Amino acid sequence: MSEDGVVKKFMYVNRKSPYGTIYALESLEVVLITAAFDQDVSLTFTDDGVYQLMKGQQTEGIGMKNFSSTYSALGDYEINKIFIDKESLEERGLSLSDLQELVWEDEDEDYAEKSSINLVSRAELSEIMNNQDVVLSF
Amino acid sequence: MNMLHTINKSPFENSTMSSCIAMCSQDSSILFIEDGVISVMKSTKFSELIENALKEFKMYVLKPDLEARGLSLNNVIEGVEIVGYDEFVDLTTEHKTVQSWL
Amino acid sequence: MKLGILINEGPYQHQASDTALQYVKAALKKGHEIYRVFFYNDGVNNATRLATPPQDDRNITKEWASLAKDHGIDLVVCVAAAQRRGILDKGEAERNGKDSDNIEDGFRISGLGQLVEAGIQADRLITFGD
Repeated sequence: MSEDGVVKKFMYVNRKSPYGTIYALESLEVVLITAAFDQDVSLTFTDDGVYQLMKGQQTEGIGMKNFSSTYSALGDYEINKIFIDKESLEERGLSLSDLQELVWEDEDEDYAEKSSINLVSRAELSEIMNNQDVVLSF
Repeated sequence: MNMLHTINKSPFENSTMSSCIAMCSQDSSILFIEDGVISVMKSTKFSELIENALKEFKMYVLKPDLEARGLSLNNVIEGVEIVGYDEFVDLTTEHKTVQSWL
Repeated sequence: MKLGILINEGPYQHQASDTALQYVKAALKKGHEIYRVFFYNDGVNNATRLATPPQDDRNITKEWASLAKDHGIDLVVCVAAAQRRGILDKGEAERNGKDSDNIEDGFRISGLGQLVEAGIQADRLITFGD
């Protein structure tokens, strides 16, 4: 937490596919640090950003580290507000079943496993973004 | 005011502008900077999109970026306000948050 | 107002750092406080003092350094991003067994927490990138 106990709403907007550029990976690094500061963190995946969550990523052939498993650890950092732009998925011929399942454990309900993923329209996303204090797009 | 969105890409290069417009809420504004200034020129295939969006939100374009690219101020779509860096600063402080569409 | 600035691209290749410089100059002139400028992604490359642009071109690194000196601005380079890209201060060079450092005076290397802190403490955080 910040020294004076301020908690702000941070939203990270991910719009690029992984590996082609470093943005997805370095965005994830900021996300984890923000959670360590006990801030209210949410993530949006829109445009090509939805490809960051694809199941079955295999990076041996390109000689780069596969960081896709980090997303499934987000729940452990109490990051459980993940918004996926429905239209971006549809435009790309994808559905939620193509993406990793991201879950978190609810302490208040005997550690019941709950989904972190919210499939939302652009109109809903617009409203959610409006309620943020800091919006960072990578 | 709600959010200030900044766009720095040409609409001919990628879909940033249309994504931003789709997620822009009323009482928000869009500022076009860098290569984004190409978006608000008259008689392009994107002009109509901009003209329609102008009915819903305010749009601004950064004058030094137009001038640097040799784009005539007279060719900026009517209703888009032409601003300098001073107004860029004012826009960021007048809106609640700033989202740069990178 | 207190403004935080995030720069995610290096100098010359993208306009991001130039736009940020013009923005910061305008903000200072209007009496705003620049809480911090944080350099991330390839933005860390703005901090190398070894860059030698042609004489008739602007020297972006020097411009940041002199602006910071004149106005007491905190220029912070992300350590993890800097290590990947070979931007080092004396301490980092020694710790990693490198034969030299290359950071310009006025910039300092620190953790990503400094970016989050800027997000928390500043009234606005404005990002410049590609």
